[in-house]
Amino acid sequence: MNRRNMVVLTGGILFGFGLSYSGMTKQEIVLSFLQLEDLGLIFVLGGAALVAALAINVLAKIQKTPVLGGEFKPRHRILSWSTIIGAVIFGVGWGISGQCPGSAVASLGTGNLPILVGIAAMFIGAYLRGLLDS
Amino acid sequence: MGGIIVGLGVGLIYLVTGLHATQSSLLTTTLSWFSKRKHFQKEKNVKERSWRLTLAIGLVIGALIHTLTLSPTGFWSTSVQLWRLALGGLLVGFGTRLSSGCTSGHGISGLASLSRTSLIAVIVFMGVAIVTANIVQLLGVLP
Repeated sequence: MNRRNMVVLTGGILFGFGLSYSGMTKQEIVLSFLQLEDLGLIFVLGGAALVAALAINVLAKIQKTPVLGGEFKPRHRILSWSTIIGAVIFGVGWGISGQCPGSAVASLGTGNLPILVGIAAMFIGAYLRGLLDS
Repeated sequence: MGGIIVGLGVGLIYLVTGLHATQSSLLTTTLSWFSKRKHFQKEKNVKERSWRLTLAIGLVIGALIHTLTLSPTGFWSTSVQLWRLALGGLLVGFGTRLSSGCTSGHGISGLASLSRTSLIAVIVFMGVAIVTANIVQLLGVLP
């Protein structure tokens, strides 16, 4: 494995550990947030975004370039109807099932085998999106 | 606390490699191994597919380590019904790819990049998900 993928794997392990630690790998906990019974998720998302913001807006500016070379590019997307309509469709799916791509993949590590059904369905959904893009 | 650890993972990957550790792109880049369609064979998808799969493997290992060490419940399975996982998953896969981001792409990396597009996307998907989850609950669908 090259150095870049080693770092990605290490960061991914932290990501997955944090998701499991905060209970976000449990669809029931995510659903209870969406039903406004448990506000934990907002602190998990907010805490993660805050630490990432520090890396992107402060530390990266001091460092100038990534350790392994290349350049820093903050994540920006052009706003379009696809962004909005996609977010609506994602929101309906998230509200029905309590799963999003990262939490579903990490959930496999907690022994949650039924989530394989959700992950397979996500791949089918992403494939259908590809069929529409011609 | 969990969120801080997630943020440390995202920050580490960004500062060392310059990559944004976002999740829903995994779906598209992985499909580039299986589909010859132009949508999946874009240069970006083929180039990113190995590190994105590596990231996903990291997520599974990280959650496994937590489950084996600090988790109060140990191994666990959801009791959310399979039809909800299937229907919800289908919409999540389609919607996140149409929107170019999910809870991590728009929610963590996008907001952290101070992206206006991502802020709007987060408000929309979170609002719609809250309304949907409450309707599902009102309809008496349990669990």
